[in-house]
Amino acid sequence: MLSYALRRIAGTVPTLLVIISVSFCVVRLAPGGPFAQEQALPPPVRANLERLYGLDQPLTVQYAHYLRGLLRGDFGPSLGQRDFTVSELIAQGLPLSATLGLAAILLAVLTGVPAGVLAALWRNRGADYCITTLAAVALALPSFVTGPLFALVFGLYLRWLPVAGWQHGAPRYLVLPVLTLALPVAAYLARLTRASLLEVLGAHYVLSARARGLGAARVLWRHALRPALMPAVSYLGPAVAFVMTGSLVVETVFGLPGTGRYLVEGAIDRDYPLVMGMVVVYGSLTLLLNLIADLIYGALDPGVRRE
Amino acid sequence: MPSIPARAEAAAAPVVLSLSRLTVTFDTPRGSITAAREVTLQVERGECLGVVGESGAGKSQVFLAVMGLLAGNGRAQGSARFLGTELLRLAPAALDRVRGAGIGMVFQDPMSSLTPHLTVGEQIAEVIRRHRGVGRAAARAAALALLERVQVSDPERRMRQYPHQLSGGLRQRVMIAIALSSEPQLLIADEPTTSLDVTVQAQILALLAGLKRERAMAMVLITHDFGAVAGVADRVAVLREGCIVETGPVAAVLKAPRDPYTRTLLRDTPRLDAATDAAGQAPGTSAAPRVAALTLTDLTVRFDVGRGLFRPHARLTAVSAVSLELYAGESLGVVGESGCGKSTLVRAALQLLRPAAGRVVWMGQALGDLPKGALRALRRDLQIIFQDPLGSLDPRMTVGEIVGEPLRVHAPDLDRGARAAQLAAVLRRVGLTAELASRYPHELSGGQCQRVGIARATILRPRLLVCDEPVSALDVPTQQQIVTLLAQLQRESGMCLLFVSHNLALVRQLCERVLVLYLGRMMELAPAHSLYTGPRHPYTRELLAAVPVPDPDIQPARLARARPGEPPSPLSPPSGCVYRTRCPHAAAVCAERIPEWEELPDGRRVACHRWRELP
Repeated sequence: MLSYALRRIAGTVPTLLVIISVSFCVVRLAPGGPFAQEQALPPPVRANLERLYGLDQPLTVQYAHYLRGLLRGDFGPSLGQRDFTVSELIAQGLPLSATLGLAAILLAVLTGVPAGVLAALWRNRGADYCITTLAAVALALPSFVTGPLFALVFGLYLRWLPVAGWQHGAPRYLVLPVLTLALPVAAYLARLTRASLLEVLGAHYVLSARARGLGAARVLWRHALRPALMPAVSYLGPAVAFVMTGSLVVETVFGLPGTGRYLVEGAIDRDYPLVMGMVVVYGSLTLLLNLIADLIYGALDPGVRRE
Repeated sequence: MPSIPARAEAAAAPVVLSLSRLTVTFDTPRGSITAAREVTLQVERGECLGVVGESGAGKSQVFLAVMGLLAGNGRAQGSARFLGTELLRLAPAALDRVRGAGIGMVFQDPMSSLTPHLTVGEQIAEVIRRHRGVGRAAARAAALALLERVQVSDPERRMRQYPHQLSGGLRQRVMIAIALSSEPQLLIADEPTTSLDVTVQAQILALLAGLKRERAMAMVLITHDFGAVAGVADRVAVLREGCIVETGPVAAVLKAPRDPYTRTLLRDTPRLDAATDAAGQAPGTSAAPRVAALTLTDLTVRFDVGRGLFRPHARLTAVSAVSLELYAGESLGVVGESGCGKSTLVRAALQLLRPAAGRVVWMGQALGDLPKGALRALRRDLQIIFQDPLGSLDPRMTVGEIVGEPLRVHAPDLDRGARAAQLAAVLRRVGLTAELASRYPHELSGGQCQRVGIARATILRPRLLVCDEPVSALDVPTQQQIVTLLAQLQRESGMCLLFVSHNLALVRQLCERVLVLYLGRMMELAPAHSLYTGPRHPYTRELLAAVPVPDPDIQPARLARARPGEPPSPLSPPSGCVYRTRCPHAAAVCAERIPEWEELPDGRRVACHRWRELP
């Protein structure tokens, strides 16, 4: 198991390098630049700025420079928000986004998976129809609809919770954004779990376990549940990375200073270091979480470890 | 037969299971389907009842109903009494005290019937703890003892292994151990040997017969194979379309069947001891010198078994230095246990797989040297049909499109009328009606699907037809029809037939010569008649001895002689003669040298150091 994990970790390094290289090129292929504004800068000023940030150098030199910085943990200066380095910006926003994301994932797992299990056990009965309908609706509604809706109902009408703001992570302020972020993930998890548990419950080994008189609870808990959770586990890896690096929509709706907006703003402003910083953070997180998902997979299914 | 539920209620009654007018129905969107109708039967202590029927006869559903394991849309009516307790109306908790405790059950496919993520030891101990109420350590000890009883080698290690790490035979032994774990009064075995090799089949059946004697428990053996019934069962019930058509003592039913359906089933069961050899009827068996159509020389096929990015690849030699000639118009059978390389061999012969070494010569042309286009043009002469009749047909094409496709590729200039005429002719030849041409594969039965496969392979009138286990997924009567069809097509067209099968009795009916493979190596090649009547190689003898004979006078004694052992892993074959680890006659020389492929005076060939000394 340990050697399997080490091999997998070693395998992520080249992947990350490819991600960095490709995005480095793609970002610079886009027309325009960080200093292309509505009112064009006087050419000498612009040349000075470009020299200052090393943008006058050939791409290969810039690339090598960037990689050297990365090795030291330096993402470079932000070209859009001139007083900050990218590291500072990410350090400001990431704790919020990560807190929000982790809480949302936790909520989604704790509600979505049991809902899927119940729906499968009560297949084609009232509770199943309720859960599958709710899940379909939750998946269909985008968060720029559900977010304001929650704010309206729970904030303005019922006056239970604040509609926006952060207040250094005060729990009351977290509830609505977490709910909004968790809803589609929970819905998807419920559907995945329902479908895969139904399949497993029809498998021969479940029939065979029932024939041994083990009792419905034990058959479900010990024989059916583990294989039924596999699809949910492999979905969770990328899902966690996605919600942890921040959702632009949710953060905008609830006025939260997370990292979700960096990717969009950075791309619009051609803030190369900011976009690259976000790509590196998001890419590493995705790889790390996929790795964790694979390791859990290996723990659940002895057949995977062997391969 | 009389139903006596009243007597069954007495505590000391010998009747363990008594079914009375048991009817099983399934509610489907298209109405209700009856899987079993008014089934009445009983099983007594110490007795084995064989329940025989084709697939879909409802034999499994009857006993799933007894166990309360019908699918959600299934309903059971009537009565099923186990030691006087009515099972059909038992509460789930009470039923769970009968299932696995009073009644043990063994299923057909031992791989999919064991939970993949739990070790063998966990799965046995779990049942023991549940029903015997003992602690963890006691359950483990009992599980170990059970594994020893079902003759699992190295039980300590097996306890820690997962199902996928065991062979099919070992898995079925584990299933039997689980079913026996609480000393049940009744053991239901649902097709316990169907997915296993003939040698392992014999071992498992012998084990079941021994257990029945030793524990004096009642047993139900559900099967489609009269050979299995003949070896183990005391009485037989024959099911057809959900109804019992005949029941009686095994000797009476098998030797003097009264029902016409039983007679049909028995007639279609191929028998090794029936002297109906293909040789003699087939063309080209005269003593005149024969032309080799296909020649394989030292054909070797290897597979790389991937072990991940940073681990070395393992090499598996699936076929090792096989040489043979297939004469024009001849039918040659290739037999052996699963994993012996028989499918790989014929696929490499057709260049569907790339051999690692060796030559394939077809009508004087070395296929390996041919450019791609020339090889494709040759393919019209070299055709193949596969094991899975439905899976080898494109589900989105009609039968007409499937069968006509080879014409579009190999005879593109044919006009519409000529193509339709050829299509109609080939469908008639394989016994399909013309209106089936517009149907899709899923609308056909398994036998019809295989006929479609044969029609597709023969529409171009090939000179070689390779049949890769063409009937092993079919029911016994259908198997017989397909084999008869193949024999007839071969007689009419004079094509060569390369027939891969693990069913030795069928091979005897169809083939003039037979090649026996073991772990990718040739063991024996001989005319069918002499191979079946006087096998030279010890492995051929073991294979033949394991084939069940549907005769209750002979079969129990044959089972009692079943030899233990399974083929070793092809990743690490034994040195010298690969068969020596299972061979009863192995000597020192067998571990040192690979035996020569010797030609005997009567034309047969054998690879064995000791065949001369054998009795």
